[in-house]
Amino acid sequence: MPKDSGIGASSKRREDVRFLTGAGNYTDDINAAGQAYVYFLRSDIAHGRINSVDTSAAEGMPGVVKVFTGKDFEGVGGMPCGWEVTDKHGAPMQEPPHPILAQGKVRHVGDPIAAVVADSLEQARDAAEAIDLDIEELPAVMDMKAAAQDGATLVHDDLKNNICYDWQLGEADDAKVNEVFANAAHVTTLDLVNNRLVANPMEPRVAVAEYNRGTEEYTLYTTSQNPHVIRLLMCAFVLGLPEHKVRVVAPDVGGGFGTKIFHYAEEAFCTFAAKACNRPVKWSASRSEAFMSDAHGRDHVSKIELALDADNNFVGLRTNTYANLGAYLSTFSSSVPTWLHGTLMAGNYTTPVIQVNVKAMFTNTVPVDAYRGAGRPEATYQIERVVDKAARELGVDPIALRRQNFVTQFPYDTPVALTYDTGDYNGTMDKLETAADLAGFAARRAESEASGKLRGLGINCYIEACGIAPSNIVGMLGARAGLYDAATVRVNATGSISVMVGAHSHGQGHETAFPQVVADMIGIDESMVEIVHGDTSKIPFGMGTYGSRSLAVCGSAMVKATEKVIEKAKKIAAHLLEASEADIELKDGQFSVAGTDKSVAWGDVTLTAYVPHNYPLEVEPGLEETAFYDPANFTFPAGAYACEVEVDPETGQVSIEKFTAADDFGNIVNPMIVDGQVHGGIGQGIGQALLENCAYDENGQLLSASFMDYAMPRADDVPFYGVDHSSQTPCTHNPLGVKGCGEAGAIGSPPAVVNAVLDALNSGGKAVDHIDMPVSPSRVWAAMNS
Amino acid sequence: MYNFEFEKPSTIADAVAALGAEDAQALGGGQTLIPTLKQRLAAPSALVSLSGIAEMKGVCVDDDGSVSIGGATTHATVEAEAADSYPAMAALAGQIGDPAVRNRGTIGGSVANNDPAACYPAGVLGSGATIITNSRQIGADDFFEGLFTTALEEGEIITSIRFPVPQAASYQKFLQPASRFALVGVYLARFADGVRVAVTGASEDGVFRWSEAEEALNKEFRPDALMDLRINPANMIGDLHGSKDYRAHLVGVMTKRAVEACM
Ligand SMILES: Cc1cc2nc3c(=O)[nH]c(=O)nc-3n(C[C@H](O)[C@H](O)[C@H](O)COP(=O)(O)OP(=O)(O)OC[C@H]3O[C@@H](n4cnc5c(N)ncnc54)[C@H](O)[C@@H]3O)c2cc1C
Repeated sequence: MPKDSGIGASSKRREDVRFLTGAGNYTDDINAAGQAYVYFLRSDIAHGRINSVDTSAAEGMPGVVKVFTGKDFEGVGGMPCGWEVTDKHGAPMQEPPHPILAQGKVRHVGDPIAAVVADSLEQARDAAEAIDLDIEELPAVMDMKAAAQDGATLVHDDLKNNICYDWQLGEADDAKVNEVFANAAHVTTLDLVNNRLVANPMEPRVAVAEYNRGTEEYTLYTTSQNPHVIRLLMCAFVLGLPEHKVRVVAPDVGGGFGTKIFHYAEEAFCTFAAKACNRPVKWSASRSEAFMSDAHGRDHVSKIELALDADNNFVGLRTNTYANLGAYLSTFSSSVPTWLHGTLMAGNYTTPVIQVNVKAMFTNTVPVDAYRGAGRPEATYQIERVVDKAARELGVDPIALRRQNFVTQFPYDTPVALTYDTGDYNGTMDKLETAADLAGFAARRAESEASGKLRGLGINCYIEACGIAPSNIVGMLGARAGLYDAATVRVNATGSISVMVGAHSHGQGHETAFPQVVADMIGIDESMVEIVHGDTSKIPFGMGTYGSRSLAVCGSAMVKATEKVIEKAKKIAAHLLEASEADIELKDGQFSVAGTDKSVAWGDVTLTAYVPHNYPLEVEPGLEETAFYDPANFTFPAGAYACEVEVDPETGQVSIEKFTAADDFGNIVNPMIVDGQVHGGIGQGIGQALLENCAYDENGQLLSASFMDYAMPRADDVPFYGVDHSSQTPCTHNPLGVKGCGEAGAIGSPPAVVNAVLDALNSGGKAVDHIDMPVSPSRVWAAMNS
Repeated sequence: MYNFEFEKPSTIADAVAALGAEDAQALGGGQTLIPTLKQRLAAPSALVSLSGIAEMKGVCVDDDGSVSIGGATTHATVEAEAADSYPAMAALAGQIGDPAVRNRGTIGGSVANNDPAACYPAGVLGSGATIITNSRQIGADDFFEGLFTTALEEGEIITSIRFPVPQAASYQKFLQPASRFALVGVYLARFADGVRVAVTGASEDGVFRWSEAEEALNKEFRPDALMDLRINPANMIGDLHGSKDYRAHLVGVMTKRAVEACM
């Protein structure tokens, strides 16, 4: 029986009412009295030496408040990187400065050179056109392999080369790896590209900063997934401000997908300029600016090799990846190709020997950082493509080959530093086979062929690591941040509850799902619980939302805090009922004495907490508790996906006819929200697989700089999805037994789509091994005809 | 956007007069021009909106059976009002952009703009239509002069376009995945005196007639007639979305499909 409230109920997303009726409050909706507007003059070349930036004409233009250049920020810190990666020789990564406005050189198209603050945006723009730039163009560093060569043009003149780090994980002994491959019965090799993406949340980035001369306090409204992280980085590393004098608010945020995790120059600039100009300063990115200044995603070039023994067991896996970091280190960019990617290279399989090599490169492109999945899609794509290719080469069933190599014993220590706590990959695959009606595929293929189309089936398995933690371990791996989260449960006198959480909701539905948990624990109606998030002046110091962590990490803090509240409330109830605390039971919002009919309602107890007349003297008044929660391990959602495509052999056009996802997310609080998260993730994965391509030319010009050339998936590009999450092995180490579901779809779908296209082509007699994403009609046609 | 004056005349004569001012520019539906202004890629002194001119709007059937479409008629109106009189053209209009674009964008703006990937230029050239301006009539074969270039003089406006209605016609559009303009679009019209095939999206020189295909189809009007024809990829567009070879190939496929649709 589906529940109608509490944990397990598909409660409707309460926040959608305001989003869908235009009552949301986004950063761009916020206007401070007397605000000025900033326009950033950005580089239109990829690489150049700044000889001079003459702002004298601009300063005299109508409405101009102040013009800033890199010189104004010489005494100020640069944008910090939150993760120090140690390379395979034990040296720290090369960490070049990342100034708020360019100093000395411009390093990508879109790099901000100057900023004009004026009474109106148009005036700021007019003045920006009057800035005289003398920039000497330098050769653009674009190709990662060429950039790694000795003597290559340097993106950062002070670094020894363009390699941020040369990192390794897994088996360090090359001879041992070579031996595994030399003795293998079969080796499958694949060169592939994980295409660069632009996240493109519906809401572009915006920042509004105010400074109060009287109180010396700053307020920054910004489009962020994690306001406390922004405050800490900006205060401690960039501007040197006292944290207690800075409030950061991330109000309604129209989608993040990772790209709004990071601390950006523009928001630090607005905060700085608000004081320097003694006026609130607002910046709203245009879509064109978003394309050239939001951190991009993916962009890996890899060679992967899989070794199998004579029985088709995986015996070794080796991968060499070039990871593009762009021109500067974005906040968490260094962790993505390493600890969020290399650690996932075991996939769902028992491969005993794994070696992961990653060269992270500086190039004259927009910085690259976490994007939905962050490293895990890149790992999954490599593994699942090479496994699929191996199955084809060996002439074995791709599902059977996967099943044969699945991890089946848990906990499982991988050769790449993780311990999977639980899972049931065969069980999940069983669910997929049924839900996707794989038995009926042959008939569907025959039907497609009858209408002149090629039909293919693509299978994919994934494992992901969510809720990155614990803090002490990630600290050892180089993280410069803690990865716990926090919640305060404030019970009001009348029994309603405000829960202040460190997690930030920007589409995930926390405002609905989190109350379901608290209400369920107490036995009251969900509508009595409200979530407060996104404002450092209201919430405890939490780390925000990314990496599918919110419910697993912040939700656990919320459970702990609620437990503390219940414990205290029981003391008060015991007093009121003149019973021993140990005998008090809480059910359906009533405290009762076990074995009696004596009871007192939740609301009476909460009122007593704040009107403590008849009250236990040894208990403090009030009912409010905070808990911080640092997980013991990652969580490990896993799943199996099936994609069916039709390919038009005349044009190469691919259409997705059927897509089925079987996921194991552990326990589920709101099945409808989970479905929605999976749908959205698959949509993004299909976008990557078929459509999206952030492309530069050899001079570093962004070719896909608008929606005219950057293809976002639209409703008619995706099918109706089949989603099954009835395979559930609860997480073993958090109180809710939840694993996280936000990124799975984006991780699991790209290889499923590509595998399906290749299956279709091969079924039509075209021996095509691989097509790089996006698998556009042009590329499919070229592959068929080469 | 830079500042500009705005005028909204109600007659063609007033519009032409207003366009006489230096750097004044006509505004149709603004679906191309407004984004251009927002990016500060154009700086007209005045915009002269054509949307208030009643005599430039609507679809009508002339005595000789040809269909005339006012230059300020939106794509949505063409889709609805030409559905009976010239169904292939109505279908073409219905494939342009999205509903918001179709409710504002106009045939005159599209044809005057002559985007190499736009749909109407193929429809106009494929139909052998006549472009009627405030001062003259121009045959389609003389009108389109290359990328974003037409025979229009400064300040000259398209007041209507007259289409002879073919026995059968079809527009086959293969979508550019991002913009959903035509990666390749073929408009084929079959008249009593011959077949016209116009191709958009494909060539570096903009919309063109594929005369070899016309000749072959005039000999025998069936898909197989195209079998041995290959368009030279050399001056096809090659970009992110499709190579020159791919576009050349698609011209063949789309033309074949247009023939099939007309059978
Ligand atoms: C999202 C989007 C998708 C689109 N998809 C497609 C598509 O799939 N296929 C397609 O063909 N087009 C597409 N378009 C373009 C659309 O059809 C435009 O409407 C058209 O190109 C321009 O028409 P307009 O009336 O908006 O002209 P405007 O933008 O107002 O003007 C364009 C140019 O024509 C001039 N002009 C306007 N009217 C006249 C006139 N009567 N006489 C002389 N000059 C005139 C203007 O001065 C200007 O130079 C798309 C546009 C958008 C924004």
